Amino acid sequence: MKQIQGKKGQVGALAWLTFAAITIALFLVFIYAPLEATMREVQKIFYFHVASAWLGMLAFFVVFVCSILYLIKRETKWDIYAYTSAEIGVIFTSIVLVTGPIWARPIWNTWWTWDIRLTTTLIMWFLYLAYGRIRASLGEEGKRAVYGAVFGIIAFIDVPIVFFSIRVWQDYQKTGLHPIVINSQGTGLAPDMKPAFFFSLFAFTILYAYLMQRSVKIETMKAEIKAIKDNVLG
Amino acid sequence: MNFARKVQILLWKEVKSELRAKEMISAMLVFSLLVVAVFGFALPSDRELVKQVFPGILWVTLTFAGILGLNRSFVSEKQNDCIYGLMLCPMDRAAIYCAKTIMNLLLMLIVELITIPLFFVMFNLTAPPNLSLFLLVLAVGTFGFMSVGTFLSALAANTRSSEVLLPILMIPMIVPILISAVQADKIILAGGGFLELKIFFNLLIVFAVVFTVVPLLLFDYLLEV
Amino acid sequence: MIAAEGLTKQIGSKKILKGIDLEIASGEFVTCFGPNGAGKSTTLKILALLSKPSSGKLFIDGKDVNEHGQDLRSKVGVISHNTFLYANLTAKENLQFYGKMYEVPKLESRIDEILEQVGLAYAAADITGTFSRGMQQRLAIARSLVHNPPILLMDEPYTGLDEMAKGILSSVLESLSDNKHTVFLITHDFDQGLEQSDQTVILVEGRIVHRCNPRDITREEFRQLYLKCVEEAQ
Repeated sequence: MKQIQGKKGQVGALAWLTFAAITIALFLVFIYAPLEATMREVQKIFYFHVASAWLGMLAFFVVFVCSILYLIKRETKWDIYAYTSAEIGVIFTSIVLVTGPIWARPIWNTWWTWDIRLTTTLIMWFLYLAYGRIRASLGEEGKRAVYGAVFGIIAFIDVPIVFFSIRVWQDYQKTGLHPIVINSQGTGLAPDMKPAFFFSLFAFTILYAYLMQRSVKIETMKAEIKAIKDNVLG
Repeated sequence: MNFARKVQILLWKEVKSELRAKEMISAMLVFSLLVVAVFGFALPSDRELVKQVFPGILWVTLTFAGILGLNRSFVSEKQNDCIYGLMLCPMDRAAIYCAKTIMNLLLMLIVELITIPLFFVMFNLTAPPNLSLFLLVLAVGTFGFMSVGTFLSALAANTRSSEVLLPILMIPMIVPILISAVQADKIILAGGGFLELKIFFNLLIVFAVVFTVVPLLLFDYLLEV
Repeated sequence: MIAAEGLTKQIGSKKILKGIDLEIASGEFVTCFGPNGAGKSTTLKILALLSKPSSGKLFIDGKDVNEHGQDLRSKVGVISHNTFLYANLTAKENLQFYGKMYEVPKLESRIDEILEQVGLAYAAADITGTFSRGMQQRLAIARSLVHNPPILLMDEPYTGLDEMAKGILSSVLESLSDNKHTVFLITHDFDQGLEQSDQTVILVEGRIVHRCNPRDITREEFRQLYLKCVEEAQ
């Protein structure tokens, strides 16, 4: 009987690291970073909003890579990594879509803007959901993994094209309400805000790694149990 | 026998089958005409206002009519397991994808040639000053739409509730076409020329190329048994 | 003609085939029996080059299917419980389509010949969708033979056939047990399955548990043997 338990020490380490990183990030965001001149407290959402957006895109990229690896190697683990990453990604992309309007409303007096980043994130969110629906509508395991992987690849390729379409469109209309965070002249952030900003990105990346590790472990156990059931009960 | 010949035979089969039943084209045509009528009621009669929203309405209608047609595209292969019959034939299976895409494109172009003039008539708009440019944008946009659409319809056809799934897959994927084609059409209707819409046209070409090449590479995976 | 070594097939976590070794000489007629879910159809799909095995080797006419897959397909004809026929096309058009895809020479006369053989010459111009089940299966037989394949694979072809269709199928099979055709037949019908059989295999739970020459034993003995094999495996 294979020992299914994980190595407790290792899980512990990443969990502690995540806890520490998030705590430091919270400190930096709420205590260390100064209040922004016009937006004041509301602006603090910005750190988590951007970090979530970063995580959403990272997760999607991981779906893309794991989908390719699954199609080539056909090892179940790549399929597990792909859909767990998609699950995490959709959650954080949802956070982006919710925090965006919360931030936008008091500042620009509108709930939604069709600006490039938010719109691309919205489309990415729909693509994530589509990925989930494909997997949900396929009962056969083999097909589910293959079709999921195929869509994971084609959907990811679409994202940059979507981004460029919107940018071209926006340029043509010459609107741009979204504050440009990182442009050619630097970050446009006050120096005191930089630690909070960059550390939030770092902390969320660690959070992603931790969530992936936990979820993959659970999904792997589920898959192993199913395999045993299938082969014993026939 | 080369690839092109196999595509030709497959296409012959598609055309013969559709000519007999006319399932796809009748659904697409009726739907488009209904939408023209509905928008006729729903929109204000101010010509200038309508001119603003017209490209958007046009492409939304084409999107939904196209999805309706695409839904049926691979369903015919599921009947009697015909897809296995095709897979047994000695050929590169990508020929199946090519033939279906060409067929869907032909059907869509026929539907467009019938309904778009009706759209113009319905809204009292004069024909676009640069008609050939308008048709060019239409052709390239439709091609991109059909090449990714045929691929996704093959994917959806093998799932439960395929008809509900296809729009969920397609609409986010074709956003670049919608954005570019609508903007290009706005420019054309306002009397603009090719240079003004060049950037949008390029986007349509890029989309069409990328989403013909990638499906060709991935199509075999959809046929796995 | 056909040599399969160690074929396995795994879909998701389920192992359907656990190691199939099969050798079918040119001109041999092999019948495969087994309970539902044993993996008979899966084996046939692999032999038909529809499906790729998870592991193992397959040689047809001495050639490795991994290298020559596409070309070897023209050597195989398949009859399944589904007809692979287009309901909107006439009988003749269906055969024209497949005949052209297989590059059959002198196609028109070949179509007349084969329609005659299955007793459907009178219905050549009728729409396939209007045919009865028996007529459809007869046309399916014609479809599978139109390109004169040296190998014929049949998956429970007698299912749902009326007496006339059964009779035609039997006479077609008889004409095929002429040492010029290699046949692999899956069936539950002991009488028809053993009639022309040179080699009989019993497949249970993804493995071949018994091989014999049915001419060496009586029908009743074989039936007992079959029941014993199925019981033992459970």
